[in-house]
Amino acid sequence: MEPRITALGDRALIIELADRIGDEAPSRIHQVCSWLSDARLPGVTELVPAATTVTVFYDPVALKETGAPKHDLAGWLSSRLTERLARLPEATALPPGRLIEIPVCYGGDFGPDLDSIATRAKRSPEAVVELHSGGEYVVLQLGFAPGFPYLHGLPEALRFPRLETPRTRVPAGSVAIANRQSCVYPSEIPGGWHVLGRTPLRLFQPDRKPPALLGPGDRVKFRPISPEEFDRWEDAS
Amino acid sequence: MIEVIRGGMLTTVQDLGRRGYQNLGVVAGGAADPFAARMANFLAGNKEDAALLEMAFAGPKLRFVKRSVVAWCGADFTATCDGKPLPKNRPVSLAAGSVLGFGGTKTGAMAWLAVGGGIDVPEVMDSRSTDLTGKFGGFEGRKLAAGDRLAIGQNDSGQSLSRGAASWSLGPERLVAVCGPGVVRVMRGPEWEWFSEGAKETFFQSIFEVTKDGNRMGTRLSGPPLPLAEPREMISAAVDHGVIQVPPSGQPIILGADRQTIGGYPRIGVVATVDLGKLAQFRPGETVRFHEIQTHEAHELLLRRERDFSIARACLTLSL
Repeated sequence: MEPRITALGDRALIIELADRIGDEAPSRIHQVCSWLSDARLPGVTELVPAATTVTVFYDPVALKETGAPKHDLAGWLSSRLTERLARLPEATALPPGRLIEIPVCYGGDFGPDLDSIATRAKRSPEAVVELHSGGEYVVLQLGFAPGFPYLHGLPEALRFPRLETPRTRVPAGSVAIANRQSCVYPSEIPGGWHVLGRTPLRLFQPDRKPPALLGPGDRVKFRPISPEEFDRWEDAS
Repeated sequence: MIEVIRGGMLTTVQDLGRRGYQNLGVVAGGAADPFAARMANFLAGNKEDAALLEMAFAGPKLRFVKRSVVAWCGADFTATCDGKPLPKNRPVSLAAGSVLGFGGTKTGAMAWLAVGGGIDVPEVMDSRSTDLTGKFGGFEGRKLAAGDRLAIGQNDSGQSLSRGAASWSLGPERLVAVCGPGVVRVMRGPEWEWFSEGAKETFFQSIFEVTKDGNRMGTRLSGPPLPLAEPREMISAAVDHGVIQVPPSGQPIILGADRQTIGGYPRIGVVATVDLGKLAQFRPGETVRFHEIQTHEAHELLLRRERDFSIARACLTLSL
């Protein structure tokens, strides 16, 4: 679809790039985001990508100071965005997202929901692990908690609604699934996703640069590891 | 150095927020009334984005070890310096060992206390604001408690004004074009058209009550329900301070400074930036009405306020 630009109050414009998740490749949203970010448009303070949108935050005072007409600041910025989007290169001409491998120890105490998911999917736990770690995912967006990635690409056989009663505490590093997505808990927080395993990687550290291991548009592959390998990772970090 | 004798209900270190990391899911945060925070900082001789203290409902008691300049803005808290009233909206010079006591407030809910030199806590992701949910930033990622010791920074604002006691007080509320008590100016939100005709009418005509369910993340209102025209699932997208979401209950939530980065409920409206400060002063049981304005009107109001703010700053700089 043609990008649609609408206002979110007096400090942001939303660029809608697709009507449904998956209509446009999730990676395309992030290519658009980088393309706009590289343009360093005047007055733009922050770009926040989500599954089908890029929200462009701006400072109205800065916009006016760069010469935008004060009676139509939003219209002026919207035109600049449209111009920039018109020159967006084809998807294939832009570099794909980084590929990041996430080691996961599946099942046992680390993956308390692996068996119940296996039962519901009418497969063995091993087959569930194979399915979950077989494909490639794309980071659709980060949100809910700092560094919490929503991963697009969950095989259809593993799509189930969230837990009826969310857990009050899900350990950091938990790798989980719900509905059409997978995720990794960056810190210990409450949550209602089905936990299949745990990664020894730390997804979010406020004092690290960048603080989040994964960024929007990154590609992710899960690699099954043994409990022994999990311990070695933990010891190393 | 500031010694915290009593932390108060929710006293946190804030600046103008953590910008540039929302794409990683990091909450922007910052002072719940950025305008009041900028004013307090200016009066204390700081840069506008210096870290200061934000208090809510019941304020802190603080001992200033060294001679300092402070200024506070916001709701009418009872405030004393060594037992004597501490005037609002002006720079005040404190002798070494002064004890500031902030009590409660009969109107409004929040106030901001700036200290010359700013509160010196480490920057985390380019900001000194406290992320209470993420437990980082500010003072150890949490609200202040008795026994905490806060460092005061060097004044690097380039303003060598020797702010002493002033015999005047600024009226920052005069710089905000108010539109009546209990009225908040709102633009239609991106999902406005999703709502039923009845809901659209109700939204701008009814009175909503501020519930007890409010914090820095947002405030729940109660009033006539605001149903969608037909059931519809929203695809999560970015939200902002002042966005009014309507969950399936039909009761609106106004998002606060510590809103999450992305939300999945239809956005019926967005509060104009000039009125964000009003949201910070909501008290449970109070009522609010939404007055519709267009984006360009919101911009005009904002530009006018910024111009008045610049004039006030220029005048004060001359008079100090």
